[in-house]
Amino acid sequence: MAEQPKNFGFGEDETMLRDSAQKFFLDNCSADKIHGLVAHDHNVHRSNECLWDKTLWQQIVELGWTAVCVPEAAGGVGMPLVAAVALAEEIGKAAFPSPLLSTYSATFVLNACQSDEATKALGEIAGGKATSLAVTNQQGSWETTDTDVSIDDGKLNGVTYFVQDARKADQFVVSAKHDGEVGLYLIDSNADGVEIIPDNIIDLTRDQAHIRFKNAHAIELAAPGAGDKAINEAMPAILCIVSADMVGAGEWLLQTTVEYAKTRVQFDRPLGFFQAVKHPLVNVMLDIDRAKSLTYNAACAVDTDAENAEKFARMAKSQAGDMAVFSSSRAVQFHGGIGFTWECYVHLFFKRQMHNQVLYGDAKYHRAKLADMLIGVAA
Amino acid sequence: MSKADNKDTSEQSEFRSYCQDWLAKNHPGRPDVKIPQGALELSDPAALAWLQTWQKSAYDAGMIGCDYPVEVGGGGKTDCQAIANQEMQRAKTPYLPNIIGMGMAAPTIFFHAQDDVKAELLPKLLSGEDIWCQGFSEPGAGSDLANQQTFAERDGDNWVINGHKVWTSLAHFASWMILLCRTSKDDKYNGLSYFVVPIQSVIGNGVTVRPLIKMTGETGFNEVLFENLVVEDRYRLDEVGAGWKVAMTTLAHERGAGPLVTPASGGMSLEEGTSVSTSSTLSLINLARNQNRNGKTAADDPIIRDEIIKLVIRQESMRQNGRRTAIPSLTDHPMRIPLQGKLVGTELNQDMAELAYQIEGAASSLNVTDDNAPAGGQWPLAYMNSFGITIAAGANEVQRNILGERVLGLPKSK
Ligand SMILES: Cc1cc2nc3c(=O)[nH]c(=O)nc-3n(C[C@H](O)[C@H](O)[C@H](O)COP(=O)(O)OP(=O)(O)OC[C@H]3O[C@@H](n4cnc5c(N)ncnc54)[C@H](O)[C@@H]3O)c2cc1C
Repeated sequence: MAEQPKNFGFGEDETMLRDSAQKFFLDNCSADKIHGLVAHDHNVHRSNECLWDKTLWQQIVELGWTAVCVPEAAGGVGMPLVAAVALAEEIGKAAFPSPLLSTYSATFVLNACQSDEATKALGEIAGGKATSLAVTNQQGSWETTDTDVSIDDGKLNGVTYFVQDARKADQFVVSAKHDGEVGLYLIDSNADGVEIIPDNIIDLTRDQAHIRFKNAHAIELAAPGAGDKAINEAMPAILCIVSADMVGAGEWLLQTTVEYAKTRVQFDRPLGFFQAVKHPLVNVMLDIDRAKSLTYNAACAVDTDAENAEKFARMAKSQAGDMAVFSSSRAVQFHGGIGFTWECYVHLFFKRQMHNQVLYGDAKYHRAKLADMLIGVAA
Repeated sequence: MSKADNKDTSEQSEFRSYCQDWLAKNHPGRPDVKIPQGALELSDPAALAWLQTWQKSAYDAGMIGCDYPVEVGGGGKTDCQAIANQEMQRAKTPYLPNIIGMGMAAPTIFFHAQDDVKAELLPKLLSGEDIWCQGFSEPGAGSDLANQQTFAERDGDNWVINGHKVWTSLAHFASWMILLCRTSKDDKYNGLSYFVVPIQSVIGNGVTVRPLIKMTGETGFNEVLFENLVVEDRYRLDEVGAGWKVAMTTLAHERGAGPLVTPASGGMSLEEGTSVSTSSTLSLINLARNQNRNGKTAADDPIIRDEIIKLVIRQESMRQNGRRTAIPSLTDHPMRIPLQGKLVGTELNQDMAELAYQIEGAASSLNVTDDNAPAGGQWPLAYMNSFGITIAAGANEVQRNILGERVLGLPKSK
């Protein structure tokens, strides 16, 4: 086993990046502001809008955040995954609508492709091109060999599902089958033969779509047979990024609920006096800290200890998934009636946690995978 | 990257290889007596003696008390105890018997006693020749520790002590006790003072030790009665009336949240010929492979698999929390993770043992004394014993109060 650095790889640069992200979100993205932006229409039959602040996205691109994990050789900054994880945590804490996390996931898949076309695409990401993965089938399978899209003569046909931030992305990395083998392909979001059909989703801070390809001309990133392997290789990094988002959102839910428990008075005492409130909040904190440490460890393994990366990343995603459910459920419950309203910001984070929790497999899914690795495949 | 956070310092890495070397040559091997699951269950003097020999040899080799100054019997090193602990545990050594001495008494004495008392008491404490016990709890002062009734009255250069302590682990073997008691009835907290007092040498002469029987049938803790025990004033730690403050040093270390790292070895399996360690998830997995459930092995049962992996994840998260807490910039409150340690560790052990006995099914009904008990009957016993530590050292409910109040800033529950 490779020896991991004790500090998870959080050096001065990584810490500075995190601190500047903290400041950026504090200055620009209060929960109040996000709520005003994405929750202006509460109608349960609301129309399907993609609501985000493109000016802020432009600033993020100028700050170089899309380039963080792009290798230097491809025109990026070449920082370790822990840097992206630190940013993802801040994004989760702000419930910030942006294609940054999708772009990070795509970055790691492109990195794993090891082709000239992939390197070129990485350079475009560094330059600010939002990119998202289109690698899931209609059943929502997380198995990387499952896709409902085919590729023949460089043309994509079929439908890909559950594409994250689809209407914010400039391009997609698509998994498609040729003769039963999975390759990866790059296509522009406004190319001919690409139809983005938005899903009506619960999470107000994201958008999601299924995308229909009709003879859409795409560039090969990884040849048939190499595509699923590239996604597998990138999967630990992807799991870390989603886990970090959950850790950040969890911390917002905890701190917001703690604040409420200090100020709301019933029976002549602040709610937090009562142990039926205090102790579960402590349990939420324990759960967040477990998830956070496991996420840093997994990210560090991706950076320095590849043979353990999958194991540690599944641990992180599993713990973060359970924590996401717990932190959001306690936040709503301990806000009482107000917590059940549209007006209270808690629902933004609640819904983001619901969405995160299932993305790339829930806690039980990853534990089943871990059991196969650590106990052996069941008879 | 500028910080030394990344790798062992040169002192640490040199010391690490020294420890590895020494342990490879000097592991004590299997005991010729039956050793209980933990030091708090020690009742057989022969078992104690065997473990004391181990502690003394590790002390003489420089692996215990590494970070204490040489003048008080320590190794004079910086941040090396953690290294020694890692290596002793990697080498699957026996546990150390003087746990209350090292974990609670030593740091308290070190931070609060006068110099001659430190030099007198610490060397034999660290070597394990003197066993120590902790006289905090009383019949009316458990979670509400400040409600002490044991009273010390000044008599010239001496103090005369009267009172009743309970649940005093290891008092039956102890040469010394750390004692919290009352010196004034006027103030609950500021009326407390802190002493170190002899036990063994004054039994029948002011001190009575009576064993209490645990729910498992084992002994290990006691009642201690003081009747006009006379103690010299120099054995008082810190000022008269400062007992509560001194006790906080003890409690912080007891919960693994103090500045000094407690020497700890362990990992040796308890049952000859098996590899049972009731704090190891690998042992749990092995157990599941060997137990039948619903026509297959328990290791093939999807629910058991899920439960095992949950515990594996919790165990890994504890390790990673420990790693993270050493890097101040990665937490928002310096005590956030240290104050979680006792709580999450003891609950993990309890849940592991609970799952293990469920995996054992019908055979979990068999006591350690039954030849047919799987894994020597250690798991059901560990399950029962696990309640000792979810209660002791500040019950876990009280730990949750502390975390809620000190870290999250919620109002005090009292
Ligand atoms: C194995 C073992 C070894 C021990 N060894 C020692 C020793 O060596 N020296 C020593 O001094 N003591 C020792 N103790 C005593 C131990 O510190 C006390 O048992 C412990 O502090 C709890 O006190 P109590 O038993 O009086 O329970 P109580 O304080 O009566 O508590 C009973 C229950 O009520 C809960 N409770 C109490 N107050 C609150 C509150 N404010 N909020 C929520 N819940 C609350 C507790 O968590 C517990 O579940 C030992 C105990 C055990 C079990």
